[in-house]
Amino acid sequence: MPQPLNYLKETASQTAGPYVHIGLIPAMAGFDIFEKNFSNVLVTPGTKGERITLEGKVLDGSGTPLRDVLLEIWQADAAGRYNHPADRSTGRADEDFRGWGRAGSDFESGLVTFETIKPGAITDKAGRRCAPHVNVWIVARGINIGLNTRFYFSDEEAANAADPVLNLIEQPVRRATLIAKRGERAGKVVYSFTINLQGPQETVFFDV
Amino acid sequence: MNAQAPALQDPRFNRPEPFTARDGGFFQRDRSIHPPAHAPGYKSSVLRSPRQALLSLENSVSEITGPVFGHNDLGPLDNDLIRNYAKDGDPVGERIIVHGRVLDETGRGVPNTLVEFWQANAGGRYRHKKDTYLAPIDPNFGGCGRALSDDAGYYYFRTVKPGPYPWRNYVNSWRPAHIHFSVFGSGFAQRLITQMYFEGDPLIPICPILTTIPDKDALDRLVAPLDLNASTPFDSLAYRFDIVLRGARSTYFENRTEGN
Ligand SMILES: [Fe+3]
Repeated sequence: MPQPLNYLKETASQTAGPYVHIGLIPAMAGFDIFEKNFSNVLVTPGTKGERITLEGKVLDGSGTPLRDVLLEIWQADAAGRYNHPADRSTGRADEDFRGWGRAGSDFESGLVTFETIKPGAITDKAGRRCAPHVNVWIVARGINIGLNTRFYFSDEEAANAADPVLNLIEQPVRRATLIAKRGERAGKVVYSFTINLQGPQETVFFDV
Repeated sequence: MNAQAPALQDPRFNRPEPFTARDGGFFQRDRSIHPPAHAPGYKSSVLRSPRQALLSLENSVSEITGPVFGHNDLGPLDNDLIRNYAKDGDPVGERIIVHGRVLDETGRGVPNTLVEFWQANAGGRYRHKKDTYLAPIDPNFGGCGRALSDDAGYYYFRTVKPGPYPWRNYVNSWRPAHIHFSVFGSGFAQRLITQMYFEGDPLIPICPILTTIPDKDALDRLVAPLDLNASTPFDSLAYRFDIVLRGARSTYFENRTEGN
């Protein structure tokens, strides 16, 4: 027998359940408990970059919006730097931008909204330019292990065409499932997305 | 049921410094210990499970980084569910301490990571506007809290033991008593939500959610043993729950990708 390889095993995932709001967004559950709360607003007045709204829905296999879903996003700042020590790019990340937020869907419409900035392009460790993107993590009742996907931006056509992750997707038609569409409403920039959990338009999810 | 595996003693895995070579990304996730997305015994998963294969993504800076939290994000009562919503007395129920370590797969503690938890009250009722179970709301119990792990990955909180509750899956489905946990780790690819169960609960082997986990040992690792040594005499029992997040690969040598 060789020596044993005594790695621990990752703890198994379990669904966040229908009452995930109690723990992660108590105001949505209907009560006020913490002095400081996390939210879907990633920007503070000092944050650098173009203000954008990201909004959309998560649809189940019947096309019905999930009304109890929770999304988290994680993104780089306007210069393409993550506010984390493992980002080795030169210069410092915007100290007025943590780069993370969470949002629960509206209990009636299923709409999910984030107020953030458009991230900059990122240079990966092989020196390739990666198109601006937002990393997304989805949990809900019925989702046994969090789903990872990304939002790219419809007005970044050249960068998207050269992006190493989008190009991993074999079927070009499926790349489109990751592109949030730029629009405007009342003078504000709104990128809209639809995440399809199943069906012919099923969103690309990653095993990260 | 198995007690949780002890932390490794291999000195390679107990270096005090976090890896500086996190650029290697995280260990590939062993999906065989996690519930599959489509688990028909848990009916809600049927329409909410992707059917295409997940696209494997070599970890880049987008996955090895993640949000950083600090004590500034927390309030002083955040890890005390007996006090953090108390209005005119303590909540009803068995007083318990839940404690343990957040580790990675190499056995190292994961320091300064945010651990969030939520649960039903002692009667099995959630303080949530969508929960209509007939058991009463406890006016002194909110049912949520959070903690930041210390330098060794250790966390703890105080609460009351949650009750089991019925739910719509089969006509007579009941959840075992459980506490929901959300954990971050240092990179967004370590993000995890799970549930902790209590040793000896007869509802465990028949729970349609818990039994979505195909691996018996992985299921047992969600069951917290009674930890009498950590209890407080004449005050609180204690349960021990260690959480293991994905380990980080080290890059021992810098290799240039040929042709790039
Ligand atoms: Fe629950």
